[in-house]
Formats: sequence, structure tokens, C-alpha cells
Amino acid sequence: MSSKVVLRLDSVSKRFGNFTAIDGIDLDIREGEFLTIVGPSGSGKTTMIRLLVGMDEPTEGRIYLHDEVINHVPANRRPTCMVFQSLALFPHRTVGQNIEFPLKIKGVPPADRQARALELLDLLRLPRNYYGKRVTQCSGGERQRVALARALAFDPQILFFDEPLSALDYRLRKELQKELKELHRRTGRTFVYITHSLEEAMVMSDRIAIMRAGRIAQVGTAAEIYAAPRSRFVAEFMGEVNLFRVEGDGNGGFRGVDLPITVANGSLGLAEGERALLMVRPESVRFLAAGQHADCTMTGQLRETFELGSRIHYDVLVGDRSITVEKLRDDQLAGNGGSELRLGFDLASTHLLADDLEG
Amino acid sequence: MDRLEARQGLLSSLPMTVLMVLIFVAPLVVIAVFSIMPQRVFTFAHSPTFEAYRVFVEQGYWRSLAWSLAMAALATAILFLVCYPLAHAMTRVFGRFSLVIVIAIVLTLIVSENIRLYGWVLTLMKGGLIGGYVQSWTGIVLEGWTYNTPIIVFGLVYVYLPFMLFPLLQGLAMIPEEVRQAASDLGASRWRILWEIDLPLAMPGIVVGCLLTFVLAAGAIAESKLLGGRAVIVIADEIERAFTYGQNWPLGSALSVSLIAIIGALAFVALSRIDLDGIMGRR
Repeated sequence: MSSKVVLRLDSVSKRFGNFTAIDGIDLDIREGEFLTIVGPSGSGKTTMIRLLVGMDEPTEGRIYLHDEVINHVPANRRPTCMVFQSLALFPHRTVGQNIEFPLKIKGVPPADRQARALELLDLLRLPRNYYGKRVTQCSGGERQRVALARALAFDPQILFFDEPLSALDYRLRKELQKELKELHRRTGRTFVYITHSLEEAMVMSDRIAIMRAGRIAQVGTAAEIYAAPRSRFVAEFMGEVNLFRVEGDGNGGFRGVDLPITVANGSLGLAEGERALLMVRPESVRFLAAGQHADCTMTGQLRETFELGSRIHYDVLVGDRSITVEKLRDDQLAGNGGSELRLGFDLASTHLLADDLEG
Repeated sequence: MDRLEARQGLLSSLPMTVLMVLIFVAPLVVIAVFSIMPQRVFTFAHSPTFEAYRVFVEQGYWRSLAWSLAMAALATAILFLVCYPLAHAMTRVFGRFSLVIVIAIVLTLIVSENIRLYGWVLTLMKGGLIGGYVQSWTGIVLEGWTYNTPIIVFGLVYVYLPFMLFPLLQGLAMIPEEVRQAASDLGASRWRILWEIDLPLAMPGIVVGCLLTFVLAAGAIAESKLLGGRAVIVIADEIERAFTYGQNWPLGSALSVSLIAIIGALAFVALSRIDLDGIMGRR
């Protein structure tokens, strides 16, 4: 993948009266990448995509397409295009007419339009005889593909998606996620996808941008963000996490603040009294048998077991805190709850966060 | 079970059916039969003849029909051009202010049509509200604007505006905003959106609005009598006079049947092309 930047946001803000929906966002969208902007509802995702597509103008900052400022260029004159959440197909037109719409606007002759529409039907694995079918007679998944074909017919430099899969049932959504990722690979285009579903973001994207309260909390590959979140919010957003408040002990080591952690070896580079949050993912916590060692250990009682199919979550009470431990089913804990358990983890699989409660 | 339900349907529609037959179908049949009776008779006990239709053609009554249809068509066209942008603004631009417009228009319907038309006569006639003020302030004597053909069309436009506006509002409100945005995003200009999206999707409302105004305007009588001072004799006026002063029921019937036939055919063609269920929101 080339790292050439197609679209750049330079401290872009959008305010509605006193309300700041987008608060000084910097973001580069690279050519050919699949970037997913993910965030809880109310984080500014929708405003963000409206700015990117050209349906709204930013209050402050600049949006560059290549090297040109496009703040004031309306949607119909931008070489980008969006697949709407509602799909927004033209209900009075056939599948073929829907797909050909952008070509018709560009003045492509009818024969060429039809040829291209049939190609796109093939690309999206829709039968060619759907060309004359009314869109109102198509199923949910078929409409999804028609909307994609119509957007691709526009030949956009960037294709935006505003949660187009959210209305579909689980299985169809999974299927279309895979198809979308494959379509991205086959077409080599820049896809920018907006969703509230982290799972969707992880499955499809090259990079993920996590939004919170009108700002971008972190951008990176799923693996990067998962392993090294920049804040507590991101750490918790990216999945279940155990956070231990620690402080430097003045001898190069550290100790737990509100939990008794036995530190066998290792340093976090904390000065005496300096506090931080130590993040340990549930799958990095091990149950230790007698004689087994880890950098950090603690003891607790098993409180609850959650069956998650291929994985199992154990809820272990250490002091007055509950610690989540994740195991694959093949690797499940033998024995019963109630008895004393030793837990341990190595510092190599931890990550240090600033200790601010707000994240 | 099915048969019982089918019978219940028939039974529950019986009162309405009887009413429709008595007040709608029966008069139409009487008119149709009278139209093929000889001139100036008052019973059905004569052999059928197309005498009345011959009079309709030969004595130039068809001109009144043509005038009525032409003025109705013109009024409909003007109303469409006036109401479409208004309806567009009311659905997409004005926001809550639209409600004020709706209420204002509905309020005018409370006052009877004739009284409102007399209001216009008093305003526009020679020495009327406008002419009188202008004369007393400047001394210039204005001729007044009443008693001509354009003022009849103006009257039709004025009276039937709600019948165009409300169906158009309904039609435009049915267009999802995202569909318009998608068209814009795919490169369509405002005019392309109007042509490719708005007009086709609002078509049920447009057809109903145009049909309603045309039908009402073609049968209108007060505008020509009051505002127009019979500058043009409309078909409804001819029908009224044939039944009253003329004491020629078969001629009046023939005129009525001709008007009904033309308008009925038009309505049939127009309504068969649109989906009424869609307008009523049943789908």
C-alpha cells in the first residue's frame, strides 16, 4: 500500500451553535487504505462523514483533497461518494438505472453505461438479469450490493460508508463484511467506513480511527491500538481489560496501590510515588500451578465462569477487585471455584497508561 | 369461514352502496337518458334521438366547453408553476413557518367561495377599493380590472390553490431526503435532482393535484359570472341556463354528459398511471 495521502483534515472543527460536534481533528487518509472511523454514538461520527463527503462545511480548519482545499466544494462536485446508512436507492428506478445514474449524470452514452452496469453486477456477484429488476423487489443484501455498485460506477477517489450494514441481521452482516473487505482488495480503492461496531472495524480495516467526544482518540492498525492504547478510554473500548493502579517504590521497582501485587522482577521506570495504570488483557493473565513463576503474581478466589463459545472468561476476586482471565476452551481451568488461585502475568504483555480516571 | 367474511364485507358495504346508487349513479343515468330525448321534453316517453348533441355541435355550445377546458388547463398550469416551488420550500426550507402558511390557506376555505370572489370584485372593479383610493389620492381614473377573460383565470387560480398545494405537499413529503442527498453526492446538480428524483417521486401528488384543480376549474361557474362578468360563457353556465331559463333539459343533459365524458376519461387515464395506495401511505 502506498502511503500517499488522499484526504487530509487539518485541525477541522464543526460547531452547531454552542455545541462542538467535531473538535480540532487532524487525520490523514492514505491512498488505497481501508480506514474505519469507529466510536460510540454521539462521538461525532455522523458529523465527521458529512464533512468528509461535502454535505456540511467545517466551522474551522481545512480539508485537503490531494493538495487542494475542498472546504467549500459541495458533495455533487467532489470526486468522492458515499454509501448511505439507508442506502438511499432510487425507488422509482430499476437496479440497472440505479447503477447507471452517476454515469448518466456524467453524460456516458447508454450502450457504455449498460456495459459498465453489467460489469458491476458481475463484480458484486448479482445475476445479470437483475439489470431490469425494480430495487423495491430486491432483498436487503441485494440492495446493499446495488448501492455499492452504484457508488463504484461513480468511480470515486474515496468511497465512504455510513454504517450501511447496521440494519442487517448478524449472519448477513458477517457475510457482507467479508465481501466488502474482498471488494476493497480487488478494486484497490480508498474506503472510509464509519461504524459504532468495533468488531466490524477490526474485521475489515487496515487502520482504525477511534473517535470520542468530537476528537480522534487514536489512529492505527487494530493490533497496534489493541496492544498499545494511548488512553484508558481506548483500552476499554478495544475490549475487556484489567487495569491495576501502580506506583514506583523508589528502588526501581513498583507496587500495587489498591491491590497486593507481588512483583518478582521487572521495572516500569516509575519514580518513587509516581502513579500509572498497568493494563493487562485478560488473555495475558495465567493461572499459576505450584512452582510456576511470573513477573507479577497475586492470589484470589474464582467467583464466576462465563462461557463464550471457543473462549471462557473467569471472574477472579482479588482483594475487593474482580480480575478477568480469558482462556481458550482447550486450555480451561481444571478444578473448582472457591479455592485459592494464583494468578500471574509478565510485564512484556502489559502496557502502561497515564493514571487519569477520565481516560 | 372465507365465505362468511366475504358476505360480511358485502353486507357492511351495503348502506354505502345504496347511497351511492341513489345519489350518484341514478342522477347520472337520468342525465344520460335525458340527453338522448328530443328537444324540450320533460319525460322519458319518447323515442331516443341525438338531436341534443346535434344542437351542441351546430349552435356552438362546444365553444363554451372548449373555453372551460382551456381556462381550466391554463389555471392548472399556472397553479402548478406557483405551487410546486412553494410546496418545495414548505417541505424543505421553511420549517415550522410552513404550518403558518397551511393554517392561513385553510382559513380562507372557511369563507364561502362567492363571498371571497365578491371581495375581489370590490377590490378590482372600476371605482373599487384600489381604483377608488388611487382616484381620491391622485385624481387619476383607473379602468378597473374586472369583466375580462384573464381575470376569470385569475379567479380560478385563486380559488383552487389549496387543491393544488396540498396534494403537492403530500407528494413532496414522501421523498426521502437521503435519496436526494445521494443523487447530489453522485454528481447530480439541483436541476438534475429536480428532474430525475423530485418530479418522478412526487408524481402521485402532482397527478392528483393537477387532476383535482382541472376537474374543479372545468366545472367552475362563479369565477366567470362574478369576476368575469360573463366575458366568456363557461360550460357550467350553459348547463345551468339550459335547465333553467332555456327549459331544455335534453340539451342541458347532453352538455353535462359531454363534460362528464371528457373529464371522466382524463381522470381514468391519469389515475390508472399512479399508485393511490402510495399517496394514502398504505404502503
